[in-house]
Amino acid sequence: MSADQTQLAFEWNCRIMADNGCGFPAPGLHSFLFQPLFEAGGFEFNKVMLLALITTFLVIGFFYAAFGKAKVVPGKLQMVGEAGYDFVRRGIVYETLGKREGEKYVPLMVSLFFFIWIMNIWSVIPLAQFPVSSVIAFPMVLAAIVYIVWVSLTFKKHGFVGFFKNVTGYDKSLGPVLPLVMIIEFFSNLVVRPFTHAVRLFANMFAGHLMLVMFTVASWYLLNSWMIPAAGISFVMTIVMILFELFVQAVQAYVFVLLACSYIQGALAEQH
Amino acid sequence: MIANLVQLAAEEEQSPLIPPGPELLIGTIAFAIVFFFFWKKLLPNINKVLEERRAAIEGGIEEADAMKAEAQSVLEQYKAQLAEARHEAARLRQEAQEQGATLIAEMRAEGQRQREEIVAAGHSQLAADRKAAASALRQDVGQLATELAGKLVGESLEDHARQSRTIDRFLDGLDETASKAEATR
Repeated sequence: MSADQTQLAFEWNCRIMADNGCGFPAPGLHSFLFQPLFEAGGFEFNKVMLLALITTFLVIGFFYAAFGKAKVVPGKLQMVGEAGYDFVRRGIVYETLGKREGEKYVPLMVSLFFFIWIMNIWSVIPLAQFPVSSVIAFPMVLAAIVYIVWVSLTFKKHGFVGFFKNVTGYDKSLGPVLPLVMIIEFFSNLVVRPFTHAVRLFANMFAGHLMLVMFTVASWYLLNSWMIPAAGISFVMTIVMILFELFVQAVQAYVFVLLACSYIQGALAEQH
Repeated sequence: MIANLVQLAAEEEQSPLIPPGPELLIGTIAFAIVFFFFWKKLLPNINKVLEERRAAIEGGIEEADAMKAEAQSVLEQYKAQLAEARHEAARLRQEAQEQGATLIAEMRAEGQRQREEIVAAGHSQLAADRKAAASALRQDVGQLATELAGKLVGESLEDHARQSRTIDRFLDGLDETASKAEATR
C-alpha cells in the first residue's frame, strides 16, 4: 500500500473543523516509506521496486514495439520512437560530444533518459503516484554508473598523472593559487559532482511529490464547512502542480543526461 | 496505520539521502536490463534502418539525377536531329526548286524545238504541194492552151519546139505575176 492511499483511507474523517479534533495530516518523510508488498527470504519487496521494474518493462516494451521490427518507411509508433531517440542522440549527445566521439555513448544516454523520465512520470500516474526517482537509491545508482564511466574514461585517455591533472584543473599559469584551486577542483569533481548529480534529480522529484501530496491531502482536508472554497483552490493547485511536475520530470531527465554528457566531454577533453 | 507508518519512519530514522540497500540492487538491475536491451538489440536495429533509409534517400536522389541527365541528353539529341532535319528539308527544297527550273527551261526549249519542227515541216509540205500543183498546172495549162490554140488556129502547130517555147514564155509570165502577188500579200 502506498503512503498516500493508507493516509487517505485512514484519515477519511479527518477534516478541518471536525469534532474529532485531528490536525492536518501533513506529508513528510513517512510519505516516502512503504510497507513491503511481500517478503522473500528477508528481502522486502515494496511498491517503489515494483514501479522500477515496471519502468524497465515499459521502456523496453515501448521501444521494442517501435524498433523491434523497424522498417525503412516507419509506422506511427516507430516514428514516435525515432523522434525520442533522435532527441537524445542529436539534441543531447551530438550537441555536447560531437557525432564522432559521441556515437559510443548514445546507448547509455538514450537508456538513461527514458529510464529516468518514466521513473519520474510515475509521480502523476493514477494508482502509482510516486516518482521512483524520489528514492535516493535510484538516482544514486545512475549517477554512480555515469561516475564510473567518466572516471575510467579519464584514466584511459590521460593516464594516471593526466587523470589528476584533468580532475584538479592543473594550470601552471595560475601561479601561487594553484594548490588551492587544485584542492577545490579535486573535491568538486571527484566528490561533490556525483553527489550533486544524483541529488539534483532526487530532490526535484522529492519536493515535487511532497507538493503534490500536500495539495491533494489538503483538498480533502479542507472540504468542510466554510472552508470549501479553499479546498477548491487547493484542488486547482493540485492540477497546476501536476502540469508543472510533468514539465519538471522531463527537464530533470534531460538535465541528468546533459550533465552526464558534459562529464564525459570533460573526460575526453585535452589538457589545458 | 498512520501511527504504524510514523513508527516505521521513526524506527528507520535516517536521512532520505542514505539509500536503502535493496533499492540500490533493484535500481541497478532495472537500469542494466534497459541499457543492455538498448545497447545490444534496439539501437543497432534502428540504426541499421536509419542507415538504410539514408541510403535509400540518397539512392533516390542519385537515380533522379541520372534520369535528369539522361533526359537532358535525349533532349539535346532530339534538338540536334530536328535541326538536321530542318537543314535537310531546306536543302531538298532548294534542290527541287533548281530541278524544277531546269525542267521548265528544258521543256520550254523542247517545245520551241517541236514548234519550229512542225512549222518547218508545214512550210516544206506547202512548198512541195505548191511545186506539185504548179507542175500539174503547167502540164494541164500547156495542153489546154495547145488545144485551145489549135482550135483557134485550126491547125496543128507542127513546130513543136516553137510551140513549147511560146508556152514556156507564157507560163513564166504567169509565175512572175503569181510571185508578185504573193510578195504583196
